Amino acid sequence: MVDPDPHASARSEVLGRIRAAIGPDRPRVQIPRDYDVRREHGNVVELLARRIADYRAVVRRVAAADLPDAIGTLLARRQVRIMLGPADLPEEWRAPDVEWHLDDPPLTVEQLDRADGVLTGCAVAIAETGTIVLDAGAAQGRRALTLVPDYHLCVVRADQVVGSVPEALARLDPVRPLTFVSGPSATSDIELDRVEGVHGPRTLEVLVAS
Amino acid sequence: MAGTGVTWLGTPAFPRAARGALADTQLRRNLRKATHTIRDKRAAAVAELADWERLRRAGAAIKDSVLANLDVHLERLEAAVTARGGVVHWARDADEANAIILRLVRAAGADEVVKVKSMATAEIGLNEALAEGGVRAVETDLAELIVQLGRDRPSHILVPAIHRNRAEIREIFRREMPSASPGLTDDPRELADAARHHLRLKFLSARVAVSGANFAVADTGSVVVVESEGNGRMCLTLPETLITVMGIEKVVPTWRDLEVFLQLLPRSSTAERMNPYTSVWTGVTPGDGPRQFHLVLLDNGRTDTLADEVGRQALRCIRCSACLNSCPVYERTGGQAYGSVYPGPIGAILTPQLLGDLSHPQPASLPYASSLCGACFEVCPVRIDIPRVLVHLRSRVVDARGGRSPEAAAMAALAWIMRDPGRFEAAQRAGSLARLLARQGRISRLPWPGSRWTSARDVPAPPRESFRAWWRRNRG
Repeated sequence: MVDPDPHASARSEVLGRIRAAIGPDRPRVQIPRDYDVRREHGNVVELLARRIADYRAVVRRVAAADLPDAIGTLLARRQVRIMLGPADLPEEWRAPDVEWHLDDPPLTVEQLDRADGVLTGCAVAIAETGTIVLDAGAAQGRRALTLVPDYHLCVVRADQVVGSVPEALARLDPVRPLTFVSGPSATSDIELDRVEGVHGPRTLEVLVAS
Repeated sequence: MAGTGVTWLGTPAFPRAARGALADTQLRRNLRKATHTIRDKRAAAVAELADWERLRRAGAAIKDSVLANLDVHLERLEAAVTARGGVVHWARDADEANAIILRLVRAAGADEVVKVKSMATAEIGLNEALAEGGVRAVETDLAELIVQLGRDRPSHILVPAIHRNRAEIREIFRREMPSASPGLTDDPRELADAARHHLRLKFLSARVAVSGANFAVADTGSVVVVESEGNGRMCLTLPETLITVMGIEKVVPTWRDLEVFLQLLPRSSTAERMNPYTSVWTGVTPGDGPRQFHLVLLDNGRTDTLADEVGRQALRCIRCSACLNSCPVYERTGGQAYGSVYPGPIGAILTPQLLGDLSHPQPASLPYASSLCGACFEVCPVRIDIPRVLVHLRSRVVDARGGRSPEAAAMAALAWIMRDPGRFEAAQRAGSLARLLARQGRISRLPWPGSRWTSARDVPAPPRESFRAWWRRNRG
């Protein structure tokens, strides 16, 4: 026999089976929220820098006014020629002596792959876990931009740094495309030992500006 | 609906499968090294959070609250995903899920898909089903790639190639990867680099990707994939079409609930404060990522599992694999002996329940693949009481056998003997005769029906005389 509408019958059958499995008396579950939403850390910017460094990423703390110079220094040290950036990359971050390709109009995958690196800002950073979160907002661009190039330089403002994961999630809008980045790409697939550098950017550098 | 595909056809019951694995000294060395490395690291990562126990309790309660109203949460998830431009599909079992995915891949005009590591797609045997339909599935997670290239089976939830050491991986890469240099060494860094080059072009040109999901938020329709290598980001971002397969129990009610799981999962699985990459997306975002998003909601035995009030806690599982890494049985037998994509302690309770068949000898042997030491429960981030479910499933196995089991007959005979001192003493004297079967103080094979017990155990030889006889001789 041919099922007239397999989608509708699968949907109603699965939902029906769930209702039968739970039964008429649904358990009432209280969720205890007594875990720590904030933890006392003192200086979160300092903690963020330490935790990112634990992932073998390079972290520099700079005064906001020195940011353009710090970007120029890091790029010069890596001898990059072509850098990418989102369409709204701040003017003053675009170091001289580097060819800047902004994602407007959108770059092709080949263009992303040929570049030496990408420079972005971020939405939030989590000190405890050494995580930066990108939400495709200001100075970040779309997700592919920070994925295909082998080098990602990320600028974090001190006011974007929170202590804990719960604090970070409260600041984020989940319907935006989000990427949580904790160090360079890595794997534990060979003997459960961590090795940095697989498919994502193999080098992550972070400038924390206060 | 009973699940299909969860076990590998033709795998022997656990005791027989384990015997082969135990004889493989290379396998035991590889497993011992890997599980001990990760155990110590996990303990350190967990010790950093003073509220770990409270997080575990919150995690368990969130999952229980989802299960108590699973239909409501799934309908909310479906509405939210649809409102954001995604398409939701429902699959009663593995065959239905595979047929949906094959149809979507063909509609996209592709004959190859790139895959993010996913337990759900391993469970339904998606790669084999796609191959039958003329579509090649390329695994992009390093360990899955090692298994796929080695034409092997997975042996761990998180690291399917955990049974392979670096030298074996080098040999597989040299043999199966056209781009691998003949001078490739067994340095993990070089091996990871070889995988990067091997897959790079696939990522940049793929039109369709298939992923699993770690979580999906009912409120917003947001789907979450937690990974390390960036292969997940590649698959979730670059292709035009993304198909995500998700067990129905993966839904969480609110975005806030993830504040618990994004702390519990990385520390429990890879023993990191946070895994390198977590991606969150909601439906389709114009100009950023795939233009088509399909979410396949999979039952495949989960509703059967939900119907068992004791066993349903297995559906809390967030696939961290801490229970495998801490299990003394898993450490010695490895994952393949369990005959399922879900090995180890969680597999021993999940596989038989998803299959819904406790009369078949293979799944029925799994609840016995444990010494009930409780290490799995201690480390479980969502407090699944695995020993309790194991014992519960053992009773279901005995019930499924029906009639009088050998255990029941033995217990009845024992009761008759112990009711009378004379009978008891005669039995003890008879028992001493078993010494004739012993070698170096141990008996490794009793005659039938005792042979069923000794097939997986050694028994110490009984003493020459009983305490009662000794007392009478010396003090009587």
